Amino acid sequence: MKHIANWALNVATLRGASYADVRVISQRSRALSTKNGKVGSASDAESVGMNVRVIADGAWGFAASAELSRAAVEATAARAVEIAKASARVKKEDIRLAPEKPVVAEWTTPYKIDPFTVSVEKNIGLLLKIDDELRSVAGITLAETNLNFNREEQWFVSSEGADIHQTKLSTGAGYAAYSFAENEISKRSYPNSYGGQWQNKGYELIDELKLVENARRIAEEAVGLHKSDQCPEGKFDIILDSSQLGLQIHESVGHPIELDRVLGMEANFAGTSFLTLDKLRTLRYGSDLVNVVADARQEHGPGLGTFGFDDEGVPAQCTPIITNGLFMGYLSSRESAHTIGENRSGGTLRAEGWNRLPMIRMTNVSLLPGEKPLSLEQLIASTDHGIFMQTNRSWSIDDKRYNFQFGCEIGWEIKNGKRVRMVKNPSYSGITTEFWNSLDAICSRDEWTLWGTPNCGKGQPQQVMGTGHGAAPSRFRGIKVGSAFKS
Amino acid sequence: MLNREQAGDIFDRIRKLSSADEVEVFFSGGRFALTRFANNTIHQNVAEDNAVISVRTVFGGRTARASSNRFDDESLRQVVRSSESLAKVQHPDPDLLPMPDAREAQADADNGNAGESARATPALPSRYFEATANITPELRAEGVAKIVRVAEKNKLTTAGVFSSAESFEGIFNSRGVAEWHAQTLAEISNTMLAPDSFGWQKANSPNVANLDAQTLAEIAAKKAIDSAHPREVPAGKYTAILEPAAVLDIVGFMFWDYAGMAILDQRSFLTGRIGTKLFGDNITITDDVRHPLQAGSPFDGEGMRRRRVELVENGVVKRVVYARATAARVKSSEFRDKVGPIAATGHGFLLPNEMGEMPVNIVFATVDNPRSVEQMIASTERGVLVTRFWYIREVEPFGKILTGMTRDGTFLIENGKISGGVRNFRFNESLIHMLSNVEAMSVPVRSCGEESFDMVVPSMKVNDFNFTEVTKF
Repeated sequence: MKHIANWALNVATLRGASYADVRVISQRSRALSTKNGKVGSASDAESVGMNVRVIADGAWGFAASAELSRAAVEATAARAVEIAKASARVKKEDIRLAPEKPVVAEWTTPYKIDPFTVSVEKNIGLLLKIDDELRSVAGITLAETNLNFNREEQWFVSSEGADIHQTKLSTGAGYAAYSFAENEISKRSYPNSYGGQWQNKGYELIDELKLVENARRIAEEAVGLHKSDQCPEGKFDIILDSSQLGLQIHESVGHPIELDRVLGMEANFAGTSFLTLDKLRTLRYGSDLVNVVADARQEHGPGLGTFGFDDEGVPAQCTPIITNGLFMGYLSSRESAHTIGENRSGGTLRAEGWNRLPMIRMTNVSLLPGEKPLSLEQLIASTDHGIFMQTNRSWSIDDKRYNFQFGCEIGWEIKNGKRVRMVKNPSYSGITTEFWNSLDAICSRDEWTLWGTPNCGKGQPQQVMGTGHGAAPSRFRGIKVGSAFKS
Repeated sequence: MLNREQAGDIFDRIRKLSSADEVEVFFSGGRFALTRFANNTIHQNVAEDNAVISVRTVFGGRTARASSNRFDDESLRQVVRSSESLAKVQHPDPDLLPMPDAREAQADADNGNAGESARATPALPSRYFEATANITPELRAEGVAKIVRVAEKNKLTTAGVFSSAESFEGIFNSRGVAEWHAQTLAEISNTMLAPDSFGWQKANSPNVANLDAQTLAEIAAKKAIDSAHPREVPAGKYTAILEPAAVLDIVGFMFWDYAGMAILDQRSFLTGRIGTKLFGDNITITDDVRHPLQAGSPFDGEGMRRRRVELVENGVVKRVVYARATAARVKSSEFRDKVGPIAATGHGFLLPNEMGEMPVNIVFATVDNPRSVEQMIASTERGVLVTRFWYIREVEPFGKILTGMTRDGTFLIENGKISGGVRNFRFNESLIHMLSNVEAMSVPVRSCGEESFDMVVPSMKVNDFNFTEVTKF
């Protein structure tokens, strides 16, 4: 594939590009699902293509093509330069890239079992077994399951001499049980809602998730919600399970720290950020217990934000975001690093595929676990009166990332250190920094999970990206609960 | 760009490679380009060419799909092999119907014989315009420059996009269906940023001549200027005047439920409610791909022609849309007497899928006495004018309670006039309640937002809209 990249680099340089990089990408995916005892979808997809990103006349141009003939590749490179020159008609200053030593490297996601080698019959058998367990519970009116496998192989070559061959593999699985009764639709999901758990690893994830073993409990909870009481409204101490906290991190830490948002580049679509540059190293983001990192390195875990190199050839890094409650860092790129006084990119530029421009994306933005041993049950036992909320059902946050509201699938009222009743429709809302400053307990490492969010949307044209979020169950004091249902 | 003849040739090659009982190939792709600007400068500028084939094969009631964007012989052989391998290991699906033939696929649209409120409709207006297909990076840069000049003249900062697309969809099957649709689409969206306020406008059309970058920029700039120094007013129930983008973004969240499969799955808020009066007398909604302000292809994921379907008439939910197999299942289900007319309407997704179908060409009917936004404001003692909503999500599915934020131009109305900008609100509002409390509507227009698909919708004046919280800006 390197010869394809070189055709493009040569033409881009000849046409006047001062910088160019080329990505040649082959993607493969498999999606299997069932619904109420039948296969819902069964599909394989393959997509191959290349793109050229250039700077010419001090401005960006980008063009992509599925056609990999020499003529098509060279035309695509020429088009990228033409586009860059058009961009230069409306520019204020030339693009500046932070220096990066060009790397020649190979990198592959570590895995034990290639999911594409596991037979479709076995996978469908697993999904139908889960489905059967879910629907064996009286009152379940809809059962859905899914398995997803993705592989992306990329060759990255730049005019600076980088030459990186990288293969990423991800696996995802989950299910949901619905119950319709008395004009009410209740739902429970496992291990997480909206597609389950996703990680950058092989089929070994499927066994680790204990999917079948949890199906009956999940279905019983879905049915049980009909007879439960409405979650009370008011100010409560709340405990969030790790999956809900993962999404809370994604929305109220991960997005506001994207430097392109902060600089106004996403103002028309995803929005801006309350984290203006003056807040770096001055804002008390959370309580002293809050330590958040953006870590793309394999040693952080097999998150959807784990890789060897980002899509402009910068090696994976760990960036401190919040340290003992103080806001310490943004997600940056080669183009934006200088705006925060850095002389190197944070290595977060990624693209959905061969036909998309890489942009700043979350890597694995994780809340580090508490240092003192603390289990979820111990945390509940130390709570006088509160609501324990599990599994996201709805999520919404304003376009500067201040005001949020989350709904969960199920809640449990805690009194005197014990779960006393199940409650339906739990929701909570607040202002980002007030919320993180109310955190007073985080469970320890053995309760910590690196969750995958496979569906993060950003950019125009919109790109969907996978991100990782490590979290352990945590407690927040005096949070507004239930305003979603206040009429 | 791939054309119908080339697609037909590819289909013939695939058909020869397959040993399946039935073969279907769906084609999609085109040329797309987008110029993105922020901080009064172009910062991203992209273009792509792509074409994808998606091959569905059937063996004795078993079906599956594989897709590729490679058309050489080996790649076609591989995609057929993948589709067949997946299909052969499926369990037979007793609900899977034979693929439609050309007569079945086209007849329903022409005869309108499958439901009392579905009827024959005019031919599809042309949605392909050379002027849009021929937009160059330089032309897009000129459009952006106009917007930037408006921003600079008003001491504002602007961000947005100017995109152009030339796209196709086609479907061929081994029983003779051969449908093809090509269209163009141009889109401009711009946000104007002031120190403590925003303004926004967006429009799209198959014909770029219908877009006016200057006007869109001037409206957005006025909103940013007029909403400067926003006041915090308390959350509560207000008369809300929703501009079309706000209307489409919020109502779009209910149309997944206007589907036969959603009724079968009991995940629709219309379960047990079809035939009842759910909304106000002034709400009439159709799905009509042939409406002159609509866009999109006139056939569905099996090649069935899309039919005009009256979903809501004077507040009464009349029916939902159906893919072929869903219609057959509902006819033999416990719901058959509770859902109005049951017939394939040409709204199915590509098979196999879990969701069935959905109406995607929504048109709100014009009321007898439409009111302009200015007239709505003049008749409002105290209320809130909303330019657009953001991050809308479903909180409670059967009551259809949605949450979300206002954004990019939220104004307080006092004594029939806009008195200034206000900090943005969070809402928690039931769509059933909202569409039962629409006091006035404008003439519907083609509109686009960010949370739902494009529609033909009016502005609405809604009483007792439930704003529950206020944010910091």
